[in-house]
Amino acid sequence: MSAALRIYVPIDAAALSVGADAVAAHIAGEAAKRGASVEIIRNGSRGMLWLEPLVEVETPSGRVAYGPVTVSDVAPLFDANFLTGGAHKLGHGLTDEMDWMKRQNRFTFARVGVIDPLSLDAYRAHGGFKGLEKAIAIGGAATVEEVRVSGLRGRGGAGFPTGIKWKTVHDAKGDQKYIVCNADEGDSGTFADRMLMEGDPFTLIEGMTIAAVAVGATQGFIYLRSEYPHAFRTLQTAIRLAERAGILGKSVLGSGQAFHLEVRLGAGAYICGEETSLLESLEGKRGIVRAKPPIPALQGLFGKPTIVNNVISLSSVPWILANGGAAYAAHGLNRSLGTLPVQIAGNIKRGGLAELDFGISVRDIIEGLGGGTLSGRPIRAVQVGGPLGAYIPNDLLDTPMDYEALASIRAMLGHGGFVVFDDTVDMAKQARFAFAFCAKESCGKCTPCRIGATRGVETMDRIIAGHEPEKNITVLRDLGKLMTDASLCAMGGLTPMPVLSALNHFPEDFDRAAHKLAAE
Amino acid sequence: MNLDMGHGMESMSWDEAVATSIVNEHKHLAGATLPILHALQENFGYIDRAAIPLIAEALNVSKAEVLGTITFYHDFRSEPAGRRVIKLCRAEACQAVGCEALVDHAAREHHLAIDSTSADGAVTFETIYCLGNCALGPAALVDGELVARLTPEKLSALCDGRSVQEIVKGALS
Repeated sequence: MSAALRIYVPIDAAALSVGADAVAAHIAGEAAKRGASVEIIRNGSRGMLWLEPLVEVETPSGRVAYGPVTVSDVAPLFDANFLTGGAHKLGHGLTDEMDWMKRQNRFTFARVGVIDPLSLDAYRAHGGFKGLEKAIAIGGAATVEEVRVSGLRGRGGAGFPTGIKWKTVHDAKGDQKYIVCNADEGDSGTFADRMLMEGDPFTLIEGMTIAAVAVGATQGFIYLRSEYPHAFRTLQTAIRLAERAGILGKSVLGSGQAFHLEVRLGAGAYICGEETSLLESLEGKRGIVRAKPPIPALQGLFGKPTIVNNVISLSSVPWILANGGAAYAAHGLNRSLGTLPVQIAGNIKRGGLAELDFGISVRDIIEGLGGGTLSGRPIRAVQVGGPLGAYIPNDLLDTPMDYEALASIRAMLGHGGFVVFDDTVDMAKQARFAFAFCAKESCGKCTPCRIGATRGVETMDRIIAGHEPEKNITVLRDLGKLMTDASLCAMGGLTPMPVLSALNHFPEDFDRAAHKLAAE
Repeated sequence: MNLDMGHGMESMSWDEAVATSIVNEHKHLAGATLPILHALQENFGYIDRAAIPLIAEALNVSKAEVLGTITFYHDFRSEPAGRRVIKLCRAEACQAVGCEALVDHAAREHHLAIDSTSADGAVTFETIYCLGNCALGPAALVDGELVARLTPEKLSALCDGRSVQEIVKGALS
């Protein structure tokens, strides 16, 4: 009997949400019926979410992609000899030759969608643990230096240089240090953390272990949002496998350094993505933001020196160590170096994840990769960087993806989510939502955020009702300035960003009196 | 480990001995409060107020602190959910593809107000902010399973108790 043909059907939650489990079961059933010997591997997602479930078959010339595959397509695919890469209307040719894939530099996401996420053998075969071995060989100080040279900045949204944070924890004195992974990916339009954790959890584990080696930490926590049950199960299993293989535990890869890792679930509070609120929550308390200083690098979890990094920041480190910080810094531009896993979402024809060098324009992301709106209507606004990010109008879409370039148009890159809206969007309602979300999710510690958000909803209600628009817009701007200047953290401090961007770029939506007149 | 799998039917009713053993099982953890609360809700479907003194005693904190922690987080329920739990994403990416029309649809066709449980206890319909399925919205988490490209027809079928897998594999597409 000839060797089994390998078929890949993603197990990523997005693929499951469009029926990947049923497709996998049908392929197995159809193969058995036809006497074909197949091995079905459940991989992560390649990131082409509009093509999910994206089924791939391994052929001598490479993996061939078909999608989106439904259960009723399975028998016709067999009829078309898809097991040997046969032509079919759902076929896209070799996966690696697809435009979406060719435009990327997949460093952090190199293995996502390629391998079985829970196979340590596959992980090793695809370059896994080379970064950790290097870190152990060169020691803590040199590891921190390599991360500094890479120019990596916090991918959670704040963009703080990762190497500097690590150096602070490395140099801090403490009997106990912690590595905390912020996996509370709450921003709408972002799913890079989820896809990485579900598609290649060992990369995150390796990144956290490198951080532990770098600063001498012995305990780590992944603080994962409860909205990600699939990622939770994958991480739990991956940690158990890593412990059994001697990667985690009393002696990391036999180095003598201990590192223990646990996943902890959040409980549906957006604010817990703010690092000090996250630490309070990990300690078992209400997620109330702490005043800084002291910074968590010096007094973090349980008052000890703590690295708090986002999933993608930590998961970028294994590649950086394996290939050198300079190789990473050779990508990108200005002070935005390396790559960013970009997430294209909302009203979009081709939504998904692509790991791109910094410097590409927002328009190229939305139109070139994304193909414009799903509805086919004109793009009116793109919200970049989550619920606290600005709404960018069409005429600013040529801005490059770069932390500083976006800041210069009073926007932010955040966690790299791009949410597209067509011309049916009501920007005054989006501004109202920004305040309503802040009112619901504010931790309540500081007055500008706690009270300001509620005043903001009320002011927007008056504007939407067409009540004294000029006076209320003055109040809105004043409130925005106050919240920006006086809030304790980014929740209150950045809520005015979507609001004021909507007002500045789409003032016609705030002039309801004119709307009414026009209607009459 | 509360993944909210639609607790109404399979959860057990409040039992102090069971609750005590759950608390004891987790109290050694650093920052044990959330793991304990998740485990209690996983088992009972909600967190009974009678659990508060048990947790306070075990962790040597005040009852007020425990109550404060429970009420801070959206996940923790003070009473059991319906037999089916539909958590509809209402964040921006799903707004861009019409999630609010689904809120209106449920109210109009099923008399199901968002953030409430139907009178017969069949369905709990709740707001959630982002499920990380933002390229395939509107999204919902139904009894712990992710659903994409929700339409009024699919939502109606889910409200009527149709199997999530049937909907996900395209029964109504």
